[in-house]
Amino acid sequence: MEIPVDGAPLIDRLRERSPEAIAELHALLLRAARFEVGRRRGALSHVRGEELDDIANQAADDALMAVLAKLDDYRGASRFTTWAYKFALLEAGVRLRRRAWQHREVVLEPDAWRALTDRQQSAHDQVEQADFLQALGRAIDTALTQHQRTVFVALALNEVPIDVLAERMSTTRGALYKTLHDARKRLRMELGEEDA
Amino acid sequence: MSKLLGPLGPEIGCDACFDLLDEYVDLELDGVDADARVPGMRAHLQGCPACHEEYEALRELAGADG
Repeated sequence: MEIPVDGAPLIDRLRERSPEAIAELHALLLRAARFEVGRRRGALSHVRGEELDDIANQAADDALMAVLAKLDDYRGASRFTTWAYKFALLEAGVRLRRRAWQHREVVLEPDAWRALTDRQQSAHDQVEQADFLQALGRAIDTALTQHQRTVFVALALNEVPIDVLAERMSTTRGALYKTLHDARKRLRMELGEEDA
Repeated sequence: MSKLLGPLGPEIGCDACFDLLDEYVDLELDGVDADARVPGMRAHLQGCPACHEEYEALRELAGADG
């Protein structure tokens, strides 16, 4: 795909490190970060507007550094603005998820699933769901390694955001998702679910 | 159940998702079959809530640009 016409002038000026182009890029990234803050404002009603604007500014600043460092990776497979936006949305998203969980405890006990599946089971009156959760509980116990159990319980059962868990476990989103993927595959096999 | 056990079939990881997300979104906005051009993306977006949030945001933001 050719480099889109709308992106070519800005990216050319960015490659020359034009201060005006960098300011233009920062404005674009700040707009994207504020857009993401705005989308999630409802879930962060306890956070002051000033702090949310700080989060948007920090996200735009870090996204600017990332975009400038990766400028040569832009292959023209998308509009330049779409490519640049994703860096700001990532930075803002990670910050907002971490802010939302800032004062929440993340339980990393691999055996914590027992209480959780019991709780979910009692909340559902459908026999099929209760049976599934019982089978899932057995599969978690027998088919997963301790690390897979910890990650699966936190991400899939406790719904801890992956970036929050990555920070608490000093690892990356990609590494955690790989563990989750492998755990899910083992559980599907154990439960007799179809797998490709 | 699918939320717990994730999508069936091949899926890309979070790093590849980030690398290809802009292309995927623009293909969708241009009315092209993005799933055929970026295999494994749809499954990943079904399995990873964080990447799905970023996909939704990028689609909305880029779509608003026209």
